[in-house]
Amino acid sequence: MMTNLLSITCFIPAIAALILAIFLRGEDEAAQRNAKWVALIATTLTFVVSLFILAGFNPDDTGFQFVEDRSWLLGLRYKMGVDGISVLFVLLTTFMMPLTIAASWKVESRVKEYMIAFLLLETLMLGVFMALDLVLFYVFFEAGLIPMFLIIGIWGGKERIYAAFKFFLYTFLGSVLMLVAMVVMAAEAGTTDIAKLLVFDFGSETFSLLGVQIVGGMQTLLFLAFFASFAVKIPMWPVHTWLPDAHVQAPTAGSVVLAAIMLKMGGYGFLRFSLPMFPVASDLLTPLMFWLSAIAIVYTSLVALVQEDMKKLIAYSSVAHMGYVTLGIFAANQQGLDGAIFQMLSHGFVSGALFLCVGVIYDRMHTRDIEAYGGLVNRMPVYALVFMLFTMANVGLPGTSGFVGEFLILMGAFQANTLIAAIAATGVILSASYALWLYRRVVMGDLIKESLRTISDMSRREKAIFAPLIAMTLLLGVYPSLVTDIIGPSTEALVHTYHAATAGAESATHAAASH
Amino acid sequence: MQADLSVILPEIILSIYAMIALIGAVYTSKDKAAGLLVWVTAVIFGILGLWIMANGSSDRVTAFGGMFIDDGFARFAKVVILFSAAAVLVMGQEYMARRGILKFEYPILVALAAVGMMMMVSAGDLMAVYMGVELQSLALYVVASMRRDSVKSTEAGLKYFVLGALSSGLLLYGASLIYGFAGTTLFSGIIAAAEGGHAPIGLLFGLVFMISGLAFKVSAVPFHMWTPDVYEGAPTPVTAFFATAPKVAAMALFARVMHDAFGGVTGDWQQVVALLAVLSMFLGAVAAIGQSNIKRLMAYSSISHMGFALMGLASGTALGVQAMLIYMAIYVTMNIGVFAFILTMERDGAPVVDIAALNLYSKVQPGRAFAVLILMFSLAGVPPLLGFFGKLYVLRAAYDGGLAWLAVAGVIASVIGAFYYLRIVYYMYFGSEGAGLETGRSPVLWTLLMASAAIMVIGIINLFGVEAAAQAAAMTLVK
Repeated sequence: MMTNLLSITCFIPAIAALILAIFLRGEDEAAQRNAKWVALIATTLTFVVSLFILAGFNPDDTGFQFVEDRSWLLGLRYKMGVDGISVLFVLLTTFMMPLTIAASWKVESRVKEYMIAFLLLETLMLGVFMALDLVLFYVFFEAGLIPMFLIIGIWGGKERIYAAFKFFLYTFLGSVLMLVAMVVMAAEAGTTDIAKLLVFDFGSETFSLLGVQIVGGMQTLLFLAFFASFAVKIPMWPVHTWLPDAHVQAPTAGSVVLAAIMLKMGGYGFLRFSLPMFPVASDLLTPLMFWLSAIAIVYTSLVALVQEDMKKLIAYSSVAHMGYVTLGIFAANQQGLDGAIFQMLSHGFVSGALFLCVGVIYDRMHTRDIEAYGGLVNRMPVYALVFMLFTMANVGLPGTSGFVGEFLILMGAFQANTLIAAIAATGVILSASYALWLYRRVVMGDLIKESLRTISDMSRREKAIFAPLIAMTLLLGVYPSLVTDIIGPSTEALVHTYHAATAGAESATHAAASH
Repeated sequence: MQADLSVILPEIILSIYAMIALIGAVYTSKDKAAGLLVWVTAVIFGILGLWIMANGSSDRVTAFGGMFIDDGFARFAKVVILFSAAAVLVMGQEYMARRGILKFEYPILVALAAVGMMMMVSAGDLMAVYMGVELQSLALYVVASMRRDSVKSTEAGLKYFVLGALSSGLLLYGASLIYGFAGTTLFSGIIAAAEGGHAPIGLLFGLVFMISGLAFKVSAVPFHMWTPDVYEGAPTPVTAFFATAPKVAAMALFARVMHDAFGGVTGDWQQVVALLAVLSMFLGAVAAIGQSNIKRLMAYSSISHMGFALMGLASGTALGVQAMLIYMAIYVTMNIGVFAFILTMERDGAPVVDIAALNLYSKVQPGRAFAVLILMFSLAGVPPLLGFFGKLYVLRAAYDGGLAWLAVAGVIASVIGAFYYLRIVYYMYFGSEGAGLETGRSPVLWTLLMASAAIMVIGIINLFGVEAAAQAAAMTLVK
């Protein structure tokens, strides 16, 4: 049992999807109810099983744990495993999925297909965080596009088709370049095993390609190819434009999965591949990464300020928060990396919850225009409280998980580059302004809109969905070492090897220069 | 002599069968037996395929003084050709019978074309190449214009014939130049003439003409112009046939000529093939975007796929040939599934080829729509489906052969191409109003569609052992 724990966790949702596809017939109410329950039970079961991973995980071991290794096509390997960096993303995924399913209880059209799409998506997302083979990783990473494309396209809003195509083609284009890089890596290193690639030294001698001097050589090219994929996924400015469209048009549950989990694949990719495998190139391109992150934080925060659509506002705020994540990652010190991972987990809970908050009132009023609301506190006190909490967490109020991540990142960034840290810190103020202003316009004030007079407060189901999210946000806010203890040793090891590699490369260049 | 005959026994059996069937049908029941004949031919294809598969000794056997080669490579290609031809034959039977175009000549011509294709992949001599190509092509010209009372079908046949004759001319001209400069038409002699990686200029001229002729047969850009028109004009079952077996045969012949005859001067043809590959991938991807006729769309799709297969070939290595063989096997499987679906598309009994007719098809037939969805994503090369692994093989081969730029171009083309496959998914799943598409109840077509989609998913576990078979096949061709 323990030897296959990761595969079991990963494929429970897929098996449930298969059961739904084969055995569930009809579109009547009973069938719909069965589909929902099967999906809910399967995702909950996955979560329970994934707790065994956490229980059996040894944080002091910085290597991969629960490793499974079988041979596969093409000399590739079916290899799964987790370390301190990935294990919590697995947990985040299994934790969020039952909530997502529960939040979709009101879906009426094509319920069976809807549940199948989400279940398959969970398997694919889990696979991304567990895969220890390059191509296996790519397969999971890319395959997630198919269900998400369908989720946006079938159950999305008015402009769903444009958004679905944009989402698919944007991310597909980013990823295929990564595929070529993977082919190159496999050929250079002679293996696709991530554990072996992590210790393989990819060439970093400057060479000339079509008359252009490539500083950092092979590593720079590989880094840029991976960057094309992860930057689109996470997303970084200026390739973030698919995200607001996809978020706005996706159904609530789709937005939650997208924001809470799928964006993290990009950040995870940077941590798993870019930083440790191409340290010289990462070091070389750090200024670029810093500036892109800083622009993302400031620019998208300003854009968020003028949005009239709630989902779009939160989407832009996500881009800004992911800007912090990339900033922390490329600060490449203990605080930065810890902060980046912490911020990703925290953002998973908080942005997921914010999209659910929008979903709550969207289900009632069928509009996401900020204009259409106002004074909700009068009719929906519980909702106002919940929304308030997550708004504060989004702003980064101490006591919530949002604070810890941002603080660690800024601390890490300050050590690496003071100017960038100062620019990024203004994002904290900007996030407070757009988030609080949104809250004021939607929740506070007098209830003057006629249409809102009969709006009802959150149902018991909705409260039950938010309860675990509230618990996690506060728990991580007051007790962050719950996370940092698990990720700490692994990030420390990563920082250590990274600096050893960059220092080695620098001394090599110095030696070459002095000769 | 007897040993020679035993090597070409499968071809002899198939030829004799075709002649007996022809005479028998002419003198007896004519078209009434056509349905039966289709099934009998398909069964014979299947049995021959199994036989060739089971009888596969790993060594290379030549017959008739080297004109005919029976090796692992030829056997692999023949098995794919025979199985796909069998599947396509039974696929079209009902469609043609219902529209009164099921002539008894159809299965017989397909059988003769199959003989030609088997000859092509086993050719060890320029004369044998030409004989195989012509036998195949002449049979295909006729089946393209099978629907004699249709202007489009006749036009398709004529177009195919004229352009095919031109390409045969190019091929022959190339062959004569090669003969002139090598002094022999045998591949073993030609490769000896280009000993030491240095070929006389005349030989290279001949090579380029040969490549042009072969590129026409695989419909690689810029020799692709006939493909969309012929695909559109020919009856759909015939189109399905064009898209599968002849492509495999032509691609295998391409590899055969390049490696067996010009294996010593890889550098001289590598760039030409790489150019054909990159042009095909991009033109196929871009030109398909504007198509609303699903048959034309599949034509451009096949052009693009041939570009990917050529990418494998362009690498000039055993790995490349292996990748090409795997790619073709996967491509054929996907196409059989897609055409099995296209054959069922109809409204009020009349065939429909407009992709807008697929509007909200997923609500009418969720199972079939899902199968088509899988096939479309597989054609687009999206993981985890088998189509992706086909692309991965050729990308790896291209990089391995020093053509990293080609790999980058290929993946970019695949993103462009993804758009039109997604468009079919879009019609089926996101459409607004159903247009009342009927898709019949043919169990044969249903089975083929579902099997093809299932292979795309299940195949990723171990590719059904095709990987090892293709590797062994490639090893016999590239030393």
